[in-house]
Amino acid sequence: MSSKQRIEVRVNGTRYVREVEARLTLADFLRHELSLGGTHVGCEHGICGACTVLINDQSARSCLTLAVQADDCDITTVENLRNPETGALHPIQQSFVDAHGLQCGFCTPGFMMTTLELLRENPDPSDEQIKEALGGNLCRCTGYQSIMDSVRLAAQRMKSSTLG
Amino acid sequence: MKPAPFDYHAPATLDEAVALLTRLEDEGCDMKIIAGGQSLMPMLALRVARPEALVDLRRLDTLNYIRDDAGTLAIGAMTSKQAAADSALVKRAQPLFHAATELVGHRQIRNRGSVGGSFAHADPASEYPAVALVLDTEFEAVGPDGARTIPADEFFVTYMTTSLETTEVLTAVRFAPFAPQRRWAIQEFARRNGDLALAGVALTLNVDGGLCRDVRIAAFGVEATAVRLTAAEQLLEGQPAQAAQFEQAGKAGAAQLDDPMSCIHASSAYRRHLIGVLTTRALGEAAARTH
Repeated sequence: MSSKQRIEVRVNGTRYVREVEARLTLADFLRHELSLGGTHVGCEHGICGACTVLINDQSARSCLTLAVQADDCDITTVENLRNPETGALHPIQQSFVDAHGLQCGFCTPGFMMTTLELLRENPDPSDEQIKEALGGNLCRCTGYQSIMDSVRLAAQRMKSSTLG
Repeated sequence: MKPAPFDYHAPATLDEAVALLTRLEDEGCDMKIIAGGQSLMPMLALRVARPEALVDLRRLDTLNYIRDDAGTLAIGAMTSKQAAADSALVKRAQPLFHAATELVGHRQIRNRGSVGGSFAHADPASEYPAVALVLDTEFEAVGPDGARTIPADEFFVTYMTTSLETTEVLTAVRFAPFAPQRRWAIQEFARRNGDLALAGVALTLNVDGGLCRDVRIAAFGVEATAVRLTAAEQLLEGQPAQAAQFEQAGKAGAAQLDDPMSCIHASSAYRRHLIGVLTTRALGEAAARTH
């Protein structure tokens, strides 16, 4: 049982080759094998969305994906949002700060990765489209209104800049 | 909340997958196929499922397609739900299936979850089995004895059980052409956007000279599988497509249910009530639909 599997993944542009237990989730792989702690693990069964990452540019719950299923995939985590050269926050991150889109911050990485996918596909979303997109992420602090504000602000800023 | 240990296999071809399943079956191994994993992973995490081996279909690229096959819409089992939701062909050719797909989970789930997986998983609260029962749907499977086609009414057996053999792989779902004049609707009630529905109804019908014809209604979330509401269907046949008839049909459909499931979120009586209301609403929506 539980023989180790060799996987090769690219995470935030860096290639990693690792031997992993088949039952290891992608979320635990990122956190414990690669020390990328920005991906948060909340419910561990696909309800809360805190562990949302992009797999081949598509949002996914990393607790509902086995690390072995990510073999040969490109993974993007919240650590990749910040500009690596200047250290500047991504417009989505800065907007969550400026519009009070977080209190405790636990759910925030998931919300931001979901927002990244939304705004890449739809730079000018309606409130309904934002609500639909964020429906898979839970926040227990903000009451969501300030998260809506943050996404609206991020959309505005990303449209008027070449970032993102 | 961590899955119990299991052996893992990711066959490179369909033939390899079937051979592997056959070998594991002969060895008495308790195995499970994993496709997108969006239903299976929570069960593994909660240890409701503890298979000895997982057979992952992720490398079977040949099962990832959406195509028009002389008017029949064919969707490979490993096609993601989001790919189906984003497909103009799916939306045009099978609007009910398309609408049902948009009701499944959230974007993150649809990105990973496969079309075939939801059918094979056969969750009684899932939209897909109900949709299959009201459309002319066929399932294609490949096993050690070759390929076979299974009509929808022989596919869903009971709670999370289909007529697929443990050594068979669901390869595709096929929908016969959906006549442009045919009306459709899907209505469900869930506590939160993206949750599995407490109850729901999918239906198709013709409205011919103001009269209902060939009505097909299926309810989900209430019994061990999606179930056709034949009492409501028969009551409507040849009757005016009017609110009063739709109200009657809703009552007949709700009354027909044997023993709707009950849980902390919704009692059996409440689910029965929902089916009546949702059937009436869905009929009204379908009748009002302009093409």
